Amino acid sequence: MGKQHRIEVMVGTFMVLGFLALFFLAMRVSNLSLDTDADGYRLSARFANVGSLKVRSPVTMAGVRIGRVEEVRFDKATYEAVVIVRIDAGIDTIPEDTFANVFTSGLLGEQYLGLEPGGSQDYLRDGDEIANTQSALVLEQMIGQFLFKKAGESG
Amino acid sequence: MDYGNTDPLSRQPLAVDARSADRACMREQPFATASDVLVSIRGLSFRRGDRLIFDNIDLDIRRGSVTAVMGPSGSGKTTLLKLITGQLHPDAGRIEVDGEDVHRLDKAGLYRLRRRMGMLFQSGALLTDLTVFENVAYPLREHTDLSPSLLRKLVLLKLEAVGLRGARDLLPNELSGGMARRVALARAIALDPLMLLYDEPFTGQDPIAMGMLVALIRQLNDAAGLTSILVSHDVRETASIADDLYVIAEGQIIAHGTPAELAADPSAWVRQFMDGLPDGPMHFHYPAPSLEEDFRTRGTV
Amino acid sequence: MRFESLARLGRVGLGALERLGRGHLLLVGIVLGVGEILRRPGLLWAQIFNIGVLSLLIVGVSGLFVGMVLGLQGYYVLAQFGAEQSLGVMVATSLVRELGPVVTALLVAGRAGSALTAEIGLMKATEQLSGLEMMAVDPIRRILTPRFFGGVLAMPLLAAIFSAVGVIGGYFVGVGLLGVDDGAFWSQMQSKVDFEEDVVNGMIKSLVFGVVVTWIALFQGYDSVPTAEGVSRATTRSVVHAALVVLGVDFVLTALMFGD
Repeated sequence: MGKQHRIEVMVGTFMVLGFLALFFLAMRVSNLSLDTDADGYRLSARFANVGSLKVRSPVTMAGVRIGRVEEVRFDKATYEAVVIVRIDAGIDTIPEDTFANVFTSGLLGEQYLGLEPGGSQDYLRDGDEIANTQSALVLEQMIGQFLFKKAGESG
Repeated sequence: MDYGNTDPLSRQPLAVDARSADRACMREQPFATASDVLVSIRGLSFRRGDRLIFDNIDLDIRRGSVTAVMGPSGSGKTTLLKLITGQLHPDAGRIEVDGEDVHRLDKAGLYRLRRRMGMLFQSGALLTDLTVFENVAYPLREHTDLSPSLLRKLVLLKLEAVGLRGARDLLPNELSGGMARRVALARAIALDPLMLLYDEPFTGQDPIAMGMLVALIRQLNDAAGLTSILVSHDVRETASIADDLYVIAEGQIIAHGTPAELAADPSAWVRQFMDGLPDGPMHFHYPAPSLEEDFRTRGTV
Repeated sequence: MRFESLARLGRVGLGALERLGRGHLLLVGIVLGVGEILRRPGLLWAQIFNIGVLSLLIVGVSGLFVGMVLGLQGYYVLAQFGAEQSLGVMVATSLVRELGPVVTALLVAGRAGSALTAEIGLMKATEQLSGLEMMAVDPIRRILTPRFFGGVLAMPLLAAIFSAVGVIGGYFVGVGLLGVDDGAFWSQMQSKVDFEEDVVNGMIKSLVFGVVVTWIALFQGYDSVPTAEGVSRATTRSVVHAALVVLGVDFVLTALMFGD
């Protein structure tokens, strides 16, 4: 009976270790957090070009993540991209005239949605749309414009 | 010596088999086949690959007897036991045990039948990670719902019968070959079977262990009213306890009778086997062309 | 002569198909025996002990070193692009998606799979399996089924432990020795490693590997020639086959999970 007991204790320890490891992978290594879907509120924004912005891309303000992109879809009537973002629950004082930019972190990094607060005293609420947006910078376009301008100056 | 007419009452299990009710509900009617014959084999043929192991043999085993099947190594003696217990399927013929056709039973039926058979394997086949006590208790735990104290008493009784009550806490690898076989025997009789099958029980035993086993087999058979089938090539020991002897070789039964009858049988086959002669119908030389011819034609290496 | 070799090829092919069929039938028999472990859970605990607990040390130590090597190598490559901050992402993704499940499966095949094959083969050679059958106990349900489910349950847990220890090993090397920023290491990791996409898929892989490794080990033991030589051959075959099948299945699963 003693041997059986010892086996059970060690198997129990093993199971606990295994699930602790899994918990660590879920909570510490990956982005599973329990407050994701249920909390917060949704805003939308329209862009002429979202670049490579994707679902789950971060939404930041002053460089701090305050939410995530929940959906990116194409509006076939206006030929624009519609981005739905979910802002974390505590962040409820985003001014109405906030500016939304698609930024790139570093030269080769991932794209994210950066919000720059405006001066309005009215705050955005669930379902509102961010009116002021600026599209992603596309490297090829920038280089093209630069060359065009240079050619214009010299000619 | 006539062990054929054992009182049928003594064969009743000691109310141990909790599922003895099974027996009543089986297809057979209890006394319809209450003939003298427990195992009847008719027209049995079995081949392994291209080799014919049994060629249309008939064999009967009487209730309450010790029947020995003897033959040289490789004559298929162990195969015969596996056929009787349903571990192998014959190519032709039928085997009936207690009125049931072994190879027509479904798995549940076969397992029900096997609970009434005990088999002693050559190696003992004890479960190596269990103690002697647990090994003997295994079939009881498996097939009955005995209380721990009753189970303990029963296991100790079975171990007492083979003289190893004191060895109950040993592990199989701490036992000598003879002891392992005796433990296996205790396990085989744990469920009070109808019949016991012994596969080469004497092979590789020292004379003392052999003597013990010989005495034990006979004793168990008579005391518990079992039917025993013994497969062996140890002529002397086997002849000393068997009621009935079959000698098989090359797929045929070449002799059948009591030990006394076989001792007096004049046929060359039986003489060679019973007396252990080096040459006879069974040749010393493996089949080959003559030595002279071999030298001449295949002399190159 | 030509026909001879053709005939031999045919025989080998038929033999392989026959073994494949026997293997699958055995798997069905094993899985159908699941009731046995519900009735006697003690059998399952003993096997999780044999396969899981006894492999814990080798899996943990290997995970630590693999994580540390990933930290070193990853740092040198990423530093060339000025992207050392992504070290955590790289270490965690490679561990959780690939190295955790695959290396754990290979280690378990070597450590526990070979032991299972040898154990079953020996039980067959010493007639213990026939002995059980003669006691009207089905050796597949009694002996193989608990071992199978023990292996299948232990494998994902071992893989999770491997990955977790590996990430910590990578953290020690990257942050402790090479000076990657602590916060960037974890935050980048958390933002890029997805629970469903990466962790759950990795666990599914590992579950499949658990089935494959224990199944092959049990089949090789159960199907071995019951002699000393036969068992030793079966043990070697068990490890080789398990390793090859794990790598092959890994490719298929990776294509299915991360293909699009």
